[in-house]
Amino acid sequence: MVKELPVIYLQTAACSGCAVTMLNSASPTIKNVLIDQIVPGVHINLKFHPVVMAAAGELAIGVMEDTAKKQKGEYVLVVDGAVPTADGGVYGAVGERDGKPVTMQQRVIELSRDALAVIAMGTCASFGGIPAAPPNPTGCVSVQKALESAGIKKPLINIPGCPPHPDWFVGTVAGIILNGLPKPEELDDFLRPRAFYGKLIHENCPRRAYFDEGKFAKKFGDDGCLYELGCKGPITHADCPLRKWNGGTNWVIGAGAPCNGCTQPEFPNETAPFYEKLVDVDLPVVGAYWANKEVK
Amino acid sequence: MGKIVIDPVTRIEGHLKIECVIENGAVKDARATGNLFRGLELILRGRDPRDAQVIAQRICGVCPQSHGIAATLNLDSAFGIADKIPDNGRIIRNLIHGAHVIQDHILHFYHLAALDYVNVADVAAYSGNDSQLNSVKDFIQRGALEPFMPRYEGDYRLPPEANQQCVAHYVKALEMRRIGHEAVSIFSGKVPHSVGVVPGGVTSVPTVDNIMAYIWKIKILQDFVNNVYIPDVLAVAKAYGDYAGIGVGCKNLLSYGMYDLDGKSPDYATRERLFKQGTIGADLRPGALDTSKITEQVKHSWYEDATSGLHPSSGDTRPQAGKSGAYSWSKAPRYDGKVYEVGPLARVAVTYAKGDPRMKEMVDGALKALNATPAALFSVLGRHLARALSAKYIVDNLEGWALSLKPGQPAYVEYELPEEASGMGIIEGSRGALGHWIEIKNKKIANYQAVVPTTWNVSPMDDKGQHGPIEQALIGAKVKDEKNPFEVVRIIRSFDPCIACAVHCVTPKGRDLGQYRVV
Repeated sequence: MVKELPVIYLQTAACSGCAVTMLNSASPTIKNVLIDQIVPGVHINLKFHPVVMAAAGELAIGVMEDTAKKQKGEYVLVVDGAVPTADGGVYGAVGERDGKPVTMQQRVIELSRDALAVIAMGTCASFGGIPAAPPNPTGCVSVQKALESAGIKKPLINIPGCPPHPDWFVGTVAGIILNGLPKPEELDDFLRPRAFYGKLIHENCPRRAYFDEGKFAKKFGDDGCLYELGCKGPITHADCPLRKWNGGTNWVIGAGAPCNGCTQPEFPNETAPFYEKLVDVDLPVVGAYWANKEVK
Repeated sequence: MGKIVIDPVTRIEGHLKIECVIENGAVKDARATGNLFRGLELILRGRDPRDAQVIAQRICGVCPQSHGIAATLNLDSAFGIADKIPDNGRIIRNLIHGAHVIQDHILHFYHLAALDYVNVADVAAYSGNDSQLNSVKDFIQRGALEPFMPRYEGDYRLPPEANQQCVAHYVKALEMRRIGHEAVSIFSGKVPHSVGVVPGGVTSVPTVDNIMAYIWKIKILQDFVNNVYIPDVLAVAKAYGDYAGIGVGCKNLLSYGMYDLDGKSPDYATRERLFKQGTIGADLRPGALDTSKITEQVKHSWYEDATSGLHPSSGDTRPQAGKSGAYSWSKAPRYDGKVYEVGPLARVAVTYAKGDPRMKEMVDGALKALNATPAALFSVLGRHLARALSAKYIVDNLEGWALSLKPGQPAYVEYELPEEASGMGIIEGSRGALGHWIEIKNKKIANYQAVVPTTWNVSPMDDKGQHGPIEQALIGAKVKDEKNPFEVVRIIRSFDPCIACAVHCVTPKGRDLGQYRVV
């Protein structure tokens, strides 16, 4: 007997980058996620996913609403995108009810209320991200803020990244299946799984030795640490240097580009300008070295 | 008289609603409405201009490379270095964008469009030993069939063996598009939302091992495109031959061209490109591209009428929720005042009409295999065929480009940020003509405007009451069963709409939900 774990994947104010990154999952592959038993005896029953589902219109909305009703407390809600709240949430709608559009804000609140747990997929859902950057014309907020303002308390896990690495998502889901919901100590202050976000990019960066030796790239294509070209690795929590992206092919700094801090609550506004050096104040790890050195 | 409302239209990017008025079994009127607004162009204002390519990529996670490169061309042009990018930089941009567009076309045909034509249920009767198909069979037997069911019923025409093979290819294509993204990330760090393309060139320097890794990933894609994708499109086209006359649309096509073959001209509209720049009408006669003829009209969009008809370089966005007669947040881009469709069909047809010998050979060969004339290109099948041929044309060029890189030589040129400047970046995204315009003041972004492929295709009526391309393609289509409007979604999906792109640019205030209904 195979257990079915129902999942509703809701897209709100998003760009679909998080959905596409999921398609890039390598171990398990996205085919494994959609079709196979994700771990022995458990299959993810992806009830609603706007990018891949066969159904459209009322058929699709019907499955979403039936799942929330009939499998109350059993399904995992994944929200991909920020939640528009200005002017009653009118800047984003998903489907209709009684001939009227249902706002994304309403969907997030309704579906969260009856979910087993909520996963905020990506930086928009986790922290607001790009659509919530000033002047934030649509009043976009994170899922956490949307739930708090509706008084909903529900287990919530943030999987930030613009987009997140697919492993961070499937690894988190596999953790829920194998061990249950994460214990508080397994998440950091921003509700990110420590397993993936426990260390700074800077701590594992292969260009770290250049930093320690004071060898800095002055323009793109140079060897050296990318700190002076704007790298936000010293303040960004993620395991990109070890995990690498797209099936382990490469990662940002591997392509000679500075990290832009996309897993951080500060992204994008306080990690921009992306090609300007971080302000040298209170940098963890960084400061300890330079405190005893002359800045070169 | 009935009405069909499809909300959401799925298996596209983003949130789209389509309404069709049905009379005597056919679509009498059609309206397309986007359901999401984020305001990215406003978010760009006041920022460091170099950040435009980082933020603008986030307009769309399906086509971030296209936006990143359009933004970068825009910045190169504003910074006065459009003709100074080293060949290595130009070629690596082509390699990044090439692998990206190929995987995007594969994604569209197999994962977004095919479920409208292929009956997955036939795999239940599969009796062979293909492990992938047997795992699909296990899936069907377990009985929890989402996300592949429910669906609109009726009109699945392929024989069971063909359906089984197409499902096997659906699974294979998941792997192919992932490999396509791996090829992109060799030079761009990661996908989606790459980092490798910057004003001045690219961030990495080509190395022999990167070139070889790229080529061998591309060879896998080339094999798939030539031996699986193209034959599958032709097989579907044969079984659904009537769709060569369905979803015809406006018959005006516009292409900005893509893949710079040299970087000497600072004017992208005249630069030598693999896919040619230009326009074309029903007579298949090519016309030159004059970007000054582009305007955005708003009579039927929720913006003040006074802002209608502006060129994107001086574009203005003044929302007016609930404006009488308006029904969309998408503006209506027009070229020379006329309705133009953009996309793979446009760039293939323009390149074909301009006499490119290789394109002519490919298009004529495909039309011959289908026993069709060039007029059949203006259709649902024509769009799918053009998309496949677009993929083939690109994939057949990438190895040669990769081998022309000079390892160890620069791929980036330094520049000074100007105090004041303006720029334009035009390119073809997977879904068609993509233009970015920037105005810089005091070294900050003063104005940023993107006119994206889906804004053209999903546009509402314009000031003269001309319907947008998707609306025109829907009007007149027969609908057998209003509860299962598969004809309608097949027409919409042939355009591969991308709604996050189309509706990114507004600051609506005080929108009234009651006004949102279109009757």
